[in-house]
Amino acid sequence: MVTVTQPGQRRTPKAAKTNSVAKKAVVAVTGIIMVLYLIAHMIGNLKVFAGRESFNGYSEWIRTIGEPVVPAQTTLTIIRIALLTVVIAHGWAVVSLWRQAKRARPQGYVTKKAVAQSYASRTMRWGGVIVGLFIVYHILDLTMGVVNPEGPSTTPYDRLIAGFSNPFITAVYVVALVLLGMHLRHGIWSATQTLGQSNKRREKTVNLFALVFSVVLIGGYLVVPFSVLFGLVG
Amino acid sequence: MTATQEHPTFASGTAGDDPAMAKHGMTLTLRVWRQKGPQHKGKMVTYQVEDISPDMSFLEMLDVLNEKLILAGDDPVVFDHDCREGICGSCGLMINGIAHGPEQTTTCQLHMRKFKDGDTIDIEPWRATAFPVIKDLSVNRQALDRIIQAGGYISAPTGTAPEAHSILVSKKDSDAAFDAATCIGCGACVAACPNASSMLFTSAKVTHLNLLPQGQPERDDRVVNMIAQQDREGFGGCTNIGECSAACPKGISMETISRLNHDLLGALRAGARPKS
Repeated sequence: MVTVTQPGQRRTPKAAKTNSVAKKAVVAVTGIIMVLYLIAHMIGNLKVFAGRESFNGYSEWIRTIGEPVVPAQTTLTIIRIALLTVVIAHGWAVVSLWRQAKRARPQGYVTKKAVAQSYASRTMRWGGVIVGLFIVYHILDLTMGVVNPEGPSTTPYDRLIAGFSNPFITAVYVVALVLLGMHLRHGIWSATQTLGQSNKRREKTVNLFALVFSVVLIGGYLVVPFSVLFGLVG
Repeated sequence: MTATQEHPTFASGTAGDDPAMAKHGMTLTLRVWRQKGPQHKGKMVTYQVEDISPDMSFLEMLDVLNEKLILAGDDPVVFDHDCREGICGSCGLMINGIAHGPEQTTTCQLHMRKFKDGDTIDIEPWRATAFPVIKDLSVNRQALDRIIQAGGYISAPTGTAPEAHSILVSKKDSDAAFDAATCIGCGACVAACPNASSMLFTSAKVTHLNLLPQGQPERDDRVVNMIAQQDREGFGGCTNIGECSAACPKGISMETISRLNHDLLGALRAGARPKS
């Protein structure tokens, strides 16, 4: 390898306090935990097709798991704290890497063409921010009910029907879920790479799995709002 | 930008005397990054080159431009080049937004037949904090050398060369190590990466040595120290987008990045920590 010897403009490199690959591993592991939660959440949602009692009963069950051995909502609270920790860790590592990438190229190209990147990989950062904001809205809407058309003092089933009967609210959910699907499509591939589990032979399979998984998962989510919107449920 | 001239006029001279050359001579508009020095602000400057043969390499086309500039009393465009046969890795240029241009090879092996008469070509240096511009299109890539110094070596005893067959290497490992070892350190991976990460370079070096028996004693320290140096140099982190591998003149696979990650996480678990 030959490089020019003139020093050019160099600042003294500062000691690396953190490790970018370790941070990536945090993103990957927290991402996988969230994906596991998303699978459970999607399957739970499908209870809506079993009717009002079944759906509300499911919601009630989550809040009473372990009773009377443990007080009400113990399991739910543990899940919530775990998820919040995971989301914060995911966000912290990503923001830190985002800033590192910004510092790594302060002056961009006049002309830059993408050769290999997918739309999903290009939208990971802002797509992730939008999905994060959507999750806040989603909790205010269907979990707490404060921004739901039916208000907070209703059953989960009523809030769901009221929300998705409105085409605008459904549209918000559809856009956010499609973004989430793309986030997962690149995220699953990227996590496999980051955790060192990919190779030339597996590359195609991993990418195909990421695509199929994301489509099936997001399809499972989307079937609920569309069924409400088109009057199949409720 | 569109073609600037529909009917190119051919300059008289050697090429003009040869009807075959004249028939194929191209007129091109070049927009070249000019920057006086590391501390100066640069800008794109437009030049016209005429009578470019499709058989010329991209660097020969730049030589034509420089001869023209020198004859006109202007400062020639500084660009790095050395072997001009695709193995030294010096001649990195961002050509129309693609590292090393439209063909997956080095700039010196890119031929002008890849361009059409009347084309406008943007030529920029690699852009990364870790690759400061020295002048015009020439950047300082010593950051890559320092990553090598952090662990891209093996400790071998001195003395007579050992019998080559005394240490056996499986065909599979030997092939994979050789594929990684084809890296010429040109920096196209950094230039193409949206995060300006040198991950493909570092992972190629780590893969090359960590796959071989000779690389085992320093295996954990190597990966930990090389990544620490990469971060220290101000490169970005990898997001597995794949622009690096698509731009690599040696076609080094993303598999090497997965291998580096695997080795790094294993080394951290085993307690290896970077030298400060």
